[in-house]
Amino acid sequence: MAGSSAKQVLFEPIFSNNPIALQILGICSALAVTTSMSVTIVMCLAVIAVTAFSNLAVSLVRTQIPGSIRIIVQMTIIASLVIVVDQILKAYAYEISKQLSVFVGLIITNCIVMGRAEGFAMNNPPLLSFLDGIGNGLGYSVMLLFVAFFRELLGAGSLFGVGLLPVVNEGGWYVPNGLLLLPPSAFFIIGLAIWGLRAWKPEQVEEPDYKMSRHKAKEAF
Amino acid sequence: MEHYISLLVKAIFVENMALAFFLGMCTFLAISKKIEAATGLGIAVVVVLTVTVPVNNLLYNTILREGALDWAGLPNVDLSFLGLLTYIGVIAAIVQIMEMVLDKYIPALYAALGVFLPLITVNCAILGASLFMVERDYTFGESLVYGFGAGLGWALAIIALAGIREKLKYSDVPEGLRGLGITFITVGLMSLGFMSFSGISL
Repeated sequence: MAGSSAKQVLFEPIFSNNPIALQILGICSALAVTTSMSVTIVMCLAVIAVTAFSNLAVSLVRTQIPGSIRIIVQMTIIASLVIVVDQILKAYAYEISKQLSVFVGLIITNCIVMGRAEGFAMNNPPLLSFLDGIGNGLGYSVMLLFVAFFRELLGAGSLFGVGLLPVVNEGGWYVPNGLLLLPPSAFFIIGLAIWGLRAWKPEQVEEPDYKMSRHKAKEAF
Repeated sequence: MEHYISLLVKAIFVENMALAFFLGMCTFLAISKKIEAATGLGIAVVVVLTVTVPVNNLLYNTILREGALDWAGLPNVDLSFLGLLTYIGVIAAIVQIMEMVLDKYIPALYAALGVFLPLITVNCAILGASLFMVERDYTFGESLVYGFGAGLGWALAIIALAGIREKLKYSDVPEGLRGLGITFITVGLMSLGFMSFSGISL
């Protein structure tokens, strides 16, 4: 039981219960940092680390926190972890941390971290919470890398900064689609990705608020 | 004066918090099904941003930034790494204070804002605006204008989206795209529309 549930906790968020596509968590940063693969990977690692360790820490102190101030305690834990990540990035990957600009700081208000701390880590033992953090971080990363893949490949003709499609400016044949580097494209790609995911797993389809009444064949004639 | 107006227009339209920087997206998508709810949330964001950005600006300039503690006889102290913790603390505290003040003196507005006020603490648009303020080195006056403008832009975007979604629920959307999917695409189109403001500078 313990083994299978640990596996479930780790892998379920990747497709079946994806934080971005189904839980509507953590979308803010998902869109802004996905213009190039290398920046995206750094962001994903940062989010996985923060989610996993904040889940672990919250779970460790979950029996000691009084209910009324739990949000503040969680916030403080998360903010401290983000500061650590931010300082590490500034020390070892300065260029990328410049490109991420405010979005590293915004991991604090990333709803995935808060949501998992509040929704999972408060009621589960430390190890399981740690795995849940990694799982949700991975689910977030899969979506982000998917978006970044298309944006960088089609928008700039390269992946990880290495040119794959020879662009026209350098004498090649590929005309880069500049729109994909601009904000709106991220929305379109995520929208289409959700469509694809739900076509594959139809149980995620939302119930419509209004149903069309059935067409009455008699009136048509 | 012109400088401030230009900053305001830029904050509202060109650098729209929601549509150009994707900040506050979670609440933006979750609470945009009804126009009334969206309006309430929008007003709350404007009020909170107008207060928190200048306060954080003061804190940053008098305590946190490198050499800012000169007045206390500590010219070499750089506390800027504590920034994140400070800003989020200030935001949480101000939201709490505001809730109590509104409850006591303007109960009508308090009732209208309801549950949205506490939710705002975790809205990334609020923290994002403070971080942008630090990154761009705004003065106190500029940060006041920027906070107000950023809030207004966000409110405008969420009310517009709520209006579209109220109409959209009567339409026949392909199955997998229903709900979240079509909302993303709608926001994408709105964002495309807002891009036409880029390049405007007064």
